[in-house]
Amino acid sequence: MNFQFSEEAEALREQARRFLEDRSGREKARAVMTADSGIDRDLWAEIVALGWTALRIPEEHGGLGLSVLELCVLAEEVGRVVSPVPFTSSVLLATEALIAHGTDNQKAKWLPKLADGSAIGTVALAEGTATPGTRSKVKIVDGKATGVKVPVADAKVADFIIFSGADGLYLVETGASGVTMDGVETIDLVRLSARVTLNNAAVEPLNGGQAGLEHFLQSAAVLLAFEGLGGADAAMEMALGYAKERVAFGRKIAGYQAVKHRLADMYIKNQLARSHAYYGAWALLTGANELVQASAGARLAAMDAYQFAAEENVQLHGGIGFTWESDCQFYYRRARLLTLMLGAKAHWADVLVRALEQRNTMMAA
Amino acid sequence: MDFEDTPEEAAYRAKVRAWIEANKDALPDRDHGSRAESVAAAKKWQARKYEAGYVGITWPKAVGGQGGSAMQQIIFNQEEAKYNAPTGLYAIGLGMCIPTVFSHALSPEIAQRYVPVAMKGEEVWCQLFSEPAAGSDLAGIRTRAERDGDDWVINGQKVWTSGAHLSDFGIVVTRTDPNVPKHKGLTMFIVDMKAPGVEVRPIKQMSGGSEFNEVFFTDVRIKDTHRLGEVGEGWKVSLTTLMHERLAVGGKPASAPGVKEMIELAKAIDFAEGSALEQSHVRISALSSGRTPGPESSISKIVIANNMQDMGAFAADLCESAGLMMGDDAPDLPHLTRFQTSYIGSAGLRIAGGTDEILRNIIAERVLGLPGEIRPDKDIPFSEATKLGL
Repeated sequence: MNFQFSEEAEALREQARRFLEDRSGREKARAVMTADSGIDRDLWAEIVALGWTALRIPEEHGGLGLSVLELCVLAEEVGRVVSPVPFTSSVLLATEALIAHGTDNQKAKWLPKLADGSAIGTVALAEGTATPGTRSKVKIVDGKATGVKVPVADAKVADFIIFSGADGLYLVETGASGVTMDGVETIDLVRLSARVTLNNAAVEPLNGGQAGLEHFLQSAAVLLAFEGLGGADAAMEMALGYAKERVAFGRKIAGYQAVKHRLADMYIKNQLARSHAYYGAWALLTGANELVQASAGARLAAMDAYQFAAEENVQLHGGIGFTWESDCQFYYRRARLLTLMLGAKAHWADVLVRALEQRNTMMAA
Repeated sequence: MDFEDTPEEAAYRAKVRAWIEANKDALPDRDHGSRAESVAAAKKWQARKYEAGYVGITWPKAVGGQGGSAMQQIIFNQEEAKYNAPTGLYAIGLGMCIPTVFSHALSPEIAQRYVPVAMKGEEVWCQLFSEPAAGSDLAGIRTRAERDGDDWVINGQKVWTSGAHLSDFGIVVTRTDPNVPKHKGLTMFIVDMKAPGVEVRPIKQMSGGSEFNEVFFTDVRIKDTHRLGEVGEGWKVSLTTLMHERLAVGGKPASAPGVKEMIELAKAIDFAEGSALEQSHVRISALSSGRTPGPESSISKIVIANNMQDMGAFAADLCESAGLMMGDDAPDLPHLTRFQTSYIGSAGLRIAGGTDEILRNIIAERVLGLPGEIRPDKDIPFSEATKLGL
């Protein structure tokens, strides 16, 4: 057993962190938020040039053909800086869905464009109060879909959307007739979302049906766990940095146990989340049977760590952390987006418990 | 033990209920008007309460109060809260500033000038304590007041001043002697918020709203007659104010949804297997979140603010991806928008008026009698401590 990423993956992490700190500090997220423009196109072009959009795409489709482990590394690094680019929507979700479940035609059409940055994709799992990816009410008859997906992140910048239907994943092109979009306000003010209405729009299924959809949700759970882990670590580091500077009662506040213990609790939750995320990455890489519980565990631990770190980061900053100018709000809001865009805690806790019960039954037999 | 009203309390409650019922024409019909509308509505309700003798229920009769009991005040607040009355505009002035004024004013004339007008609601007050470098450690303030004949001249900056933009007067704590330890060189004054040299700038909060302000003082002149307490006694005076603060800040904000709203929301959500309320984890969480301890206090603010945060997140989680949506785009689920707003606002409430950490210190040190932290700056002159970076 080896719980470390490869040297190549760690080198990629170094490169990604340097690039993102240099080119995609949180001020980029703030600029997008106030400019109301959705994404930073220049930054996205630089990311494409670095090959991140091509990372996982097989060489035959113009990509680099690297493993999901390298993608996990990038997900974590992007999560740290809340970059205003469609990396999650297009690379972590849409591209992965196509690689794993796309038809030959879909792959041939979209993967080269995703690789060279000439197309952006997103996924639409949400439909109101249903757990995302379940109980879709979109009606699909003879390759034509009618229904509403909301909220859909990055929909307005996407060329195609992979959405969950009642029996699996489907692809719809955003320029197709019968597809309309309206921006909606969500708690996350950086990654913008829309309501996507399909009215007899031409769609085509991906492979794998319901099983394909479920596998995709597990894969997404692992990748978003890494993104969340990056955010949780960044929020903890912000709090740590501030606590070491701020003086109250004649001492740096970092010297008080009440503050130290809170930071230690953040660290513990983040490390637990990291362990779960690595386990999830391993299961995803190897296609192990444990993927069901590993992905659910990764997601639950990461979202728990992220929300805690985001909330306590505001708290440890005091009043300044609650201002609009403070960067604390990015994590406070993003933690909610990641938690709710893929099914809340109760759902994944249920998935985890059922998987563990099944495992125990099998072991007993 | 008796959780029921005594006969006297029950009689008082009945009287209050009857009065509110008879006067509810003075209450606004809706929550969210323009700022001017909500100020006007608050003034109207306050004037009505004043006429009927429901302002300053616990204050001494000598200052215009009713000389009543704390229980009577609680009963009035409970009954008033049922009607969503607009009391926020006066929470700080009447809850904190005016008690400080009538307890520490230098002359009866000053008390007479300010107290009754404030009780009627005709003048609004704010409290100018926190500074950029002095929040939890309030005694570390740097705003200076220097004596000049019969006047004092104030220079410095305050921050997190709720309602400064709506206020006519404020109570301000200043440093009058930097050469004594930090708690000993402070003095408090009444300041006219419209005086030359006072500048109020709103602070935009994480929530997008701007209830707080920065307040800058540049050569603002205050008459010595408007001092509160003795020179150098500002810390003791401010403790009077702060004792009242947690009562003022401690209660659940009227806008924050609670258990009743959570149940209504849960009932409305169509889960895979019945409504959300039929799921056992929802029932358990909804009930345990609603446990509220007795009257407002340090404990109550910690519990309320943290409950708001937990319940806000929980309510949004119940709604799954619909729980991401805000404002006009939020789906038509009962109270969802309020829970969302409450989730964001709670992050501020856990800090305002005493952070969770300071309140836990108060409980630990003043209630449980545990020893205080070692404070290296406590006994050395403030000017020296500042040089040492303490």
